[in-house]
Amino acid sequence: MSPSAEAEAPEVVEVAAQERPSVVERAKQRLESLGAMTQMTGQVLSRAVRPPFDGAALIFQVETLGVRSLPIALLTATFAGLVISLQFGYFLARFGVQYTVGRVVVLTLFRELAPVLTALTVGARLGSGMAAELGAMTVTEQVDAIRALGADPLRKLVVPRVLACLLVMPVLTVFADVVGLVAGALVVNAQYAISLDLFFQGALDAVFMMDFVSGVFKGAVFGFIIGLVGCFKGLTVEGGTEGVGRATTQTVAITSVAVCLADFFITKVTLYL
Amino acid sequence: MAFSHRKKEAPTFEFHRPTPGEQLIHFEHLQKAFGAKRVYDDLELDVRAGETLVVLGGSGTGKSVLLKCLIGLQRPDAGRILFQGHDVTGFSEEQFIPVRRNVAMVFQGAALFDSLSVGENVAYPLREHFPDMPLDEVRQRVAEKLALVNLPGTERLMPSDLSGGMKKRVGLARAIATNPEVILWDEPTTGLDPVTTQSINSMINSMKKKLGCTSIVVTHDLVSAFAVGDRMAMLANRRIVQVGTRDEFRRSKVPEVRAFLDARRVELEPGGMS
Ligand SMILES: Nc1ncnc2c1ncn2[C@@H]1O[C@H](COP(=O)(O)OP(=O)(O)OP(=O)(O)O)[C@@H](O)[C@H]1O
Ligand SMILES: [Mg+2]
Repeated sequence: MSPSAEAEAPEVVEVAAQERPSVVERAKQRLESLGAMTQMTGQVLSRAVRPPFDGAALIFQVETLGVRSLPIALLTATFAGLVISLQFGYFLARFGVQYTVGRVVVLTLFRELAPVLTALTVGARLGSGMAAELGAMTVTEQVDAIRALGADPLRKLVVPRVLACLLVMPVLTVFADVVGLVAGALVVNAQYAISLDLFFQGALDAVFMMDFVSGVFKGAVFGFIIGLVGCFKGLTVEGGTEGVGRATTQTVAITSVAVCLADFFITKVTLYL
Repeated sequence: MAFSHRKKEAPTFEFHRPTPGEQLIHFEHLQKAFGAKRVYDDLELDVRAGETLVVLGGSGTGKSVLLKCLIGLQRPDAGRILFQGHDVTGFSEEQFIPVRRNVAMVFQGAALFDSLSVGENVAYPLREHFPDMPLDEVRQRVAEKLALVNLPGTERLMPSDLSGGMKKRVGLARAIATNPEVILWDEPTTGLDPVTTQSINSMINSMKKKLGCTSIVVTHDLVSAFAVGDRMAMLANRRIVQVGTRDEFRRSKVPEVRAFLDARRVELEPGGMS
């Protein structure tokens, strides 16, 4: 081992020196990787809708991903509910309309905060977890082995994970809606002496089906993005164990930005429906 | 199972039992690069049916990539790969499935699936290639292959319970589960102690004797190379610099081969290691 490592050393230095790509070069790489991801998205979708379906693998992923992320989702939702209720309660009290706090909180929560905060926190966890898991399989040649043994890694690994994210995220969003609203009701009740009745009455009056549905729909879209990015980053890991670390951090960054971008566009569209 | 519903009409590969000595695999003007890094410029290599061909080469010379090109895990940039005269270079992923059923690979680090038991690992290719095989037969085939690699009754162990040498042997059992004609060995003895190395070498030889398999063994372990190789090829400077018998290699005057053989000889002599 050691003699060959010594012999390789100069080459490594050379490669490192070469690998300081220009801005143009890096932009090109980004675009290429975006193209590759788009291509994978198409391949995943076409496999997801055609038999054979692997229900057992999907259920397994829903279980692991769901259980893994439920505590964070609930905790985030609780504090989100607490904080916005306090803020809005304080703010609305200035105008003497603190009794409308339920309406404002429910809209903020259902339309924006529940789906987006869940996607940002849970998404970071799920996405980086998948990138690390698939990345480890890639560098230990397990993904190559799947192909060599006559199977299809997209079908075996990616489809169940992406579908599971797609299912789990909307469900978590609904949990976050409920938990956040209850937490909000309790804190305004204690802080501003607004009865639970009044709070929930206002909330129910204000909220339309569309508000609820748009939030859940966002959850599904975010789940799809998280699953795809995590799996893509995992399968395209380069450069051994170090590469796996890089892939996981990149996954967190990419999913966060992508979730915020997607949120803007979905909001824009759903507001005018 | 995957792909079975698609492209039934695509021209697929029909592997017929080769007569010993006939040309089985032919790499023709192969070129491959990863970005700016060229791995092969113009690589030519023949593999004959029934032989064990050892491909020697230093770290990072593209030994693993060569094996992966053969079963479509990597795609060459130019040149052709022929199997019994069939050009498989442009094959789609689906078309490669029958090739992969007949050409099995034993991976460098065994590449066992961590989440599956030893038995499930060995059964994996059977389930994929023969989805209709009855469960009893699968179980029997798994037991038979595990016995063949001297690990009988280990079905229930998990890969994390195994030593490096045992993993390699399970990887072999998994590779030969479908009774392939060709076995590709990616550094089968690297990182193993001398005794385990010895047992892997004899396993490579016994696969040839018992199953009549053709083997391509990629390695930089010279002891192992001379123990198993009928013929040898040296990969250096992005091409095959020499192909020949063991004796031709021992007497080789090709500078790359000489350098490789002599460097390792120093290592084995007393006081040779610095
Ligand atoms: N997927 C890939 N992406 C980019 N470069 C790669 C990839 N696979 C291999 N390479 C590069 O191609 C070259 C040959 O790789 P290969 O794994 O075939 O080497 P090897 O001869 O098997 O070496 P080792 O003894 O380390 O296993 C290496 O320089 C490697 O960095
Ligand atoms: Mg290798």
